[in-house]
Amino acid sequence: MAKYTPHTSEDVRDMLQRVGVESVKDLFNDVDKSIRRTEPLNIPEGVSQFEAYNKFKSMAKKNVVIDTILRGAGSYDHFIPPTLPALVNRSEFLTAYTPYQPEISQGILQSIFEYQSYMCMLTGMDISNASVYDGATACAEAMHMCCDKKRKMIIAGAVNPQYTAVIETYATAGDFEIVCVPEGSNGKIDLCALENAIDDTVAGVYAQSPNYFGLIEDMKAVGALTSERKVKFVYIFNPVAAALLPTAAADGADIAVGEGQPLGISMGFGGPYLGIMTCKTAMQRRMPGRIVGETVDNRGNKAYVLTLQAREQHIRREKALSSICSNEAHCALTATVYLSLMGKEFINVAKQSVSKAHYFMERLTAIDGFTLKYKGEFFHEFVTECKLNVAKLNKRLLKEGCLGGLELDERTLLWCVTEKPSIEQLDTVIKVIKEVASCN
Amino acid sequence: MQLIFEKSVVNGRRALTLPEMNIAEYKLPEYREEIDLPEVAEIDVVRHYTGLSKLAHGVDDGFYPLGSCTMKYNPKLNEAVAAFEGFTAIHPTQPKETVRGWTDALNMLSDYLCEITGMDAITLQPAAGAHGEFTGMQLIKAYHKYNKDFGRKQILVPDSAHGTNPASANMCGFEIVTVPSNSEGGVDIEALKTLVCEKTAGLMLTNPNTVGLFDRNITEICEIVHKAGGLMYYDGANLNAVMGICRPGDMGFDVVHLNLHKTFSAPHGGGGPGCGPVGCKKALCKFLPLGVYGSKLPKDTASKSIGKVKSFGGNFLVALRSAVYIVTLGADGLLDASELAVLNANYLLALLKDKYPVAYDRICMHEFVLTAENIKHETGVSALDISKALLDFGIHPPTMYFPLIVHEALMFEPTETESKETLEYAADAMLKIYDKLYTNPQELHDAPISTAIGRVDEVQAARHPVLKYNK
Repeated sequence: MAKYTPHTSEDVRDMLQRVGVESVKDLFNDVDKSIRRTEPLNIPEGVSQFEAYNKFKSMAKKNVVIDTILRGAGSYDHFIPPTLPALVNRSEFLTAYTPYQPEISQGILQSIFEYQSYMCMLTGMDISNASVYDGATACAEAMHMCCDKKRKMIIAGAVNPQYTAVIETYATAGDFEIVCVPEGSNGKIDLCALENAIDDTVAGVYAQSPNYFGLIEDMKAVGALTSERKVKFVYIFNPVAAALLPTAAADGADIAVGEGQPLGISMGFGGPYLGIMTCKTAMQRRMPGRIVGETVDNRGNKAYVLTLQAREQHIRREKALSSICSNEAHCALTATVYLSLMGKEFINVAKQSVSKAHYFMERLTAIDGFTLKYKGEFFHEFVTECKLNVAKLNKRLLKEGCLGGLELDERTLLWCVTEKPSIEQLDTVIKVIKEVASCN
Repeated sequence: MQLIFEKSVVNGRRALTLPEMNIAEYKLPEYREEIDLPEVAEIDVVRHYTGLSKLAHGVDDGFYPLGSCTMKYNPKLNEAVAAFEGFTAIHPTQPKETVRGWTDALNMLSDYLCEITGMDAITLQPAAGAHGEFTGMQLIKAYHKYNKDFGRKQILVPDSAHGTNPASANMCGFEIVTVPSNSEGGVDIEALKTLVCEKTAGLMLTNPNTVGLFDRNITEICEIVHKAGGLMYYDGANLNAVMGICRPGDMGFDVVHLNLHKTFSAPHGGGGPGCGPVGCKKALCKFLPLGVYGSKLPKDTASKSIGKVKSFGGNFLVALRSAVYIVTLGADGLLDASELAVLNANYLLALLKDKYPVAYDRICMHEFVLTAENIKHETGVSALDISKALLDFGIHPPTMYFPLIVHEALMFEPTETESKETLEYAADAMLKIYDKLYTNPQELHDAPISTAIGRVDEVQAARHPVLKYNK
């Protein structure tokens, strides 16, 4: 078996002697006999690294790596440059703890400062924290920021149902009330219904753009409404779309949250991802999680340090607005290095995604029986209805190496096209769908 | 070092370019002002972040005895497996038949974690320890609600607990009742008896506790809380001391969270991501978050679910590293890890305790707490100064000023992956520092001197916050 302990039997003998006990077992005399195990755990004996590697290699082979992924819904298949893992997986980054010792952690602290700067660039907001668990929990944490005496939040329109589910879990836990104002028949926020739903008990409004169906919402109108009614506006954004669309700050957001996975983080069957949280200066003392700030050291050097810690659980304990301690630092580093590597070419990632999505939508809806469900402007996701059974269609696409749109119901699919698939790949998928359609 | 933004050359450099699209660009109705991303060459980016990495300190750089954080070696094998394309390039909504490898790995891990903790089912969804606490507290809340026991609004938390414990319980709407510690750093049994009542929802506890001692009264504590109708919550921060020796489930705990990034060797990544699975006894399985893995789940698992605590299933690539770790070590290796973690802590303690006062002078578990209270009184040198002086020896300081019940606390957790020589080097460093306490305390106030920067002005950072790059 592989072990990572360096002790020789002589080491153990000498150490026990110094400690003053006869055997290792004697170190555990505080553990009462009634609960002390006499049998080994029911887990197989250890194996060599060689065997473990092969075991997991064959497990990995049982997963199907799909060439053309035309599905998003919260997890996005963007190109990950090989330079990215080569840098972020340097073991100084990977094996470090939270940078509580600034003298030996400037590299990590500066990378977080750069991360915070990037997130503020994307959203136009004043302040970013150092990350939370994922986009869904970022939404949920925003509720704690908005609510004080008023404990009701509104979810307006088509917000990703995973986000809604997590917001609702946090709401049940903390005794908040959630009101969903469903989208109108055009798939977008029903502004009249939203206006009617905002009463004196409401603390804030969630709105997502591009929304779950990919549609670009009129966030300016939402911002105007929330500002007029003096409730907080939580803007849920996609960081790739944020390269092109008017910023959350320009649209009047108080808090902007999003899923950072599209920024160079692998889909990884669901995690780890990256919860982005940004806000206006007025709300900085209510921001959860770690924040890095600039300062100087005792030698007059510029330096970075964790700051504004009086908000956090290790100081405030039960009075803290959030219990977050470990965050997604390494994912935040990944997003930072990704944006540095892409630089201004990141704008092209967004442009190619939106252009390829429209290219694919036009060809798809030209096929007899396929229609675009919502006619509004969309970014890189859109919904189609068709006469085909979509489960069967997706099975066929899978055989051709394509993950088709997410099945919203048996006739409806939510598609996503990023910059990654080539035009040839998209044309091939269209060809297959045409074949299936013509056989029906 | 300059920020990456300060290295940008306007209208100039690119690290990467996308292939030509060869179709018309779709024009959106409204655009933002062009985003001011840096223009740098690939070599600039590579040198920038390589440079930053050299200004970081990981377990791979040196000894990291950070108490309660279990900074053990993070095997490279685990990293290699977590980088297999067959695990990384998988969309979370792919059909079942295309993710059988993932299902196998997660079922296996869940089974092993249940066996290690003595629980009946476990969710891998929580993303970190505090997220696990939040999830576990909701299980307890749901349990009492389901039993129409609506008055149970209080969670008991020892005064020695990590700040996440009361904060997580508070997020779940509980009122926090603080339980004092006894002279051994454990739960004060008599005080506990007076605090439990019909309002008690549960007690949150680590065992070994935050002073590194195994609470000898643990079964009695569980009995007292259970008799009052409350549930026992186990914070798994210190599980590294007892794998294969005893199980929270057998001690009497009902809910457990683990920190896979501590005990099960997943790297800390500079602060995350972690993975904080939550296991529970049969009576609570019905409340688990949706999407539980495992091959022998109770039938009603997640039937009255508290919902979802995170998008998709969890931080699975972190969980996968721990699966590799457990498979590699096996039952024998896990026991060996815990035994040697405890031996290492006791050996380092033995080398130090003649000079440095120990908060609780007993055989410890995987960590121990020194107190510099008298030293500070006599010499003016604080726990902080001692910690900063360790930096000049290439050693990451122990956890300082925690737990709160020990003044000028220095909490050392060497972990099992350190050699006898490393422990002796660290002890030698501590003894050299000790000598300076009485001969040259100023040198300790001035430490560190060998690091990239000196001590920082935290007050300025908080009073005049500069939190992002301004052009």
